[in-house]
Amino acid sequence: MRKQRISNSETIDTTTVNNKHKYKMSKAWRKRERKTRRRMGLFMTPSLLGVSFFYLLPIPIIFMFAFVDNPISCNFVGFANFKLLWNNMAFRTAAGNTLSFSLIAVPLAVILALLIALLLDQSIPMASSFRSIYLTPMMVPVASVVLVFQVLFDYNGAVNAMLTALGRTKIDWLSSDYAPLVVMVLFLWKNLGYNMILFLAALGTIPREVMEVALLDTNSRFKLFFKIKLRYLSPTILFVTIMSLINSFKVFREVYLLAGAYPYESLYTLQHYMNNTFQSLDYQKLSTAAIIMAIVMIFIIAVLYWGENHFSRDMEDW
Amino acid sequence: MKNKDYLSGYTPRKIKFRKVRKVIRTILLTAIALFVAVGFLLPTVLTISNSFMEESEINANYGKVFATTEHGGRVYIGERINLKFIPDKVSFDQYKTVLFKSPEYLFKFWNSVIYTVPIVLLQLLCAVLASYGFYRLRGKPKDIIFFVYIIVCLMPYQVSLVPNYMIADLFKLVDTRWAIWLPGIFSPFAVYLLTKYMKRIPKPIIEAAMIDGASDWQIFKMICLPLCKGALFSVAILIFIDYWNMVEQPIVLLINEDLHPLSVFLSKINAGEVGLAFAVATIYMVPSLLLFLYGEDYLVEGITYQGGVKG
Repeated sequence: MRKQRISNSETIDTTTVNNKHKYKMSKAWRKRERKTRRRMGLFMTPSLLGVSFFYLLPIPIIFMFAFVDNPISCNFVGFANFKLLWNNMAFRTAAGNTLSFSLIAVPLAVILALLIALLLDQSIPMASSFRSIYLTPMMVPVASVVLVFQVLFDYNGAVNAMLTALGRTKIDWLSSDYAPLVVMVLFLWKNLGYNMILFLAALGTIPREVMEVALLDTNSRFKLFFKIKLRYLSPTILFVTIMSLINSFKVFREVYLLAGAYPYESLYTLQHYMNNTFQSLDYQKLSTAAIIMAIVMIFIIAVLYWGENHFSRDMEDW
Repeated sequence: MKNKDYLSGYTPRKIKFRKVRKVIRTILLTAIALFVAVGFLLPTVLTISNSFMEESEINANYGKVFATTEHGGRVYIGERINLKFIPDKVSFDQYKTVLFKSPEYLFKFWNSVIYTVPIVLLQLLCAVLASYGFYRLRGKPKDIIFFVYIIVCLMPYQVSLVPNYMIADLFKLVDTRWAIWLPGIFSPFAVYLLTKYMKRIPKPIIEAAMIDGASDWQIFKMICLPLCKGALFSVAILIFIDYWNMVEQPIVLLINEDLHPLSVFLSKINAGEVGLAFAVATIYMVPSLLLFLYGEDYLVEGITYQGGVKG
């Protein structure tokens, strides 16, 4: 008996039902498939060649460098490089900073963008103009606004002026432990528009009938709305989280433009570590760090995907 | 059923109360939206308006921002910096300086253009061909390759820079423009987006064309390309944003500062050139904002498809 889950609490027996109708391809069909493959391969050639050449082919070399102690003598040293990296203080600080930044910035980016999208989804006037305004930070080049942020958050800048007005002491923002806050503001400013568009699009696909029926059935509007809307939005929330996570790693751009290649300790991220390792051309360190970063990224994305599959199993269309 | 008089909820007084509540709600929400909008517009407007200030005004307001001591430390001065939104006297001094006296910024601007335009055009070309292939093919190998493309897309720049650097080093392309062009042209980002868009073309159309005797190239040129025009614009805008702002690749792959694009060079302003920096920043914004004005709808469409919205 083959059990197939049709909802959270029911299963049916599908031993006699074929979900995937596997038909046998005739000989002529297979031949045609092969010819199509060859022709399509031609279309894909430039891209395939380029991607493999510039991105994939060096991967075995990278692995080799990571497990070898010296590009010249090539002695296999096992995980020694990894252990060295793990014990490196700079690497640890960088990894910790990157992690803590992403941990705080990504949820903020998702939640705030969701709130803004919900706000724009209500019938307020000039909603499309607001949408355009909220998208502009995405198009404004980072390099242009970094200047304003440096001025705003300078020791004698406007933000500190506000702080003194409230009676607190001034903070040298970019050289203190509060520096990641500045970068977070910049990151949120840039990415909220993008996330908001994704949420708006998803909000548009929620079927209205379900909402109206729910409204009839209940008194507490907010609670039920959130339960239903969130359920329909969960794939989008996952996607926005992944994209925000990826963008939070790209925040190196903003930090570099604000504070240079060797910023204050609290701003030193993994990307800075890798960037500075490039200057020294230490292929071992580079390869090891790159492999670690790649594995962490793949792991995080895999976890998020599994989580989403697990939680939206009882939705009708997915 | 309870014996409830349903009409009691519709007395004139209650209706009026509900209408007023709705109006108040709209006003409140609009106020919040306005507040958020001001916050979003602040940096851009500041940059633009400050670029029209005279040198003396800039010095008066921001002069002490980037002052450093001989030891490279920061100077903490007790003066306050005033944020001015509207310049006292609108002047094009800074722009004149940029255009005539310090043309190095314009050279870097041209660098940015030289990197971005070919990458956008050629990456689209490469990607459109590849995504047609992904669209027509079926089977396990294609799925695996596509998955690999997605993974490469999602890696942070530093990780994908390592293979790029190794290949560039191998072919002695480091410190030339090709080191930026080639990885950019073959980036899988556009392939991913365009394939997602092309999958919406229903297969029966292709089959009908095949029955009519169309060759692959004809199907591509006459069916897929016209249907994808919107997607091509959206992906072009997204690629443009990505490479107009690129920072990681030049600092690793280009050592000679003459080849750097403006996105990197703008951060190297000196103490005395704050006003100049504002003017250059505004000039740098112009192509980006023009593209936004013209193609905002395409941009929104592109982002929406990235999110995989069905229907």
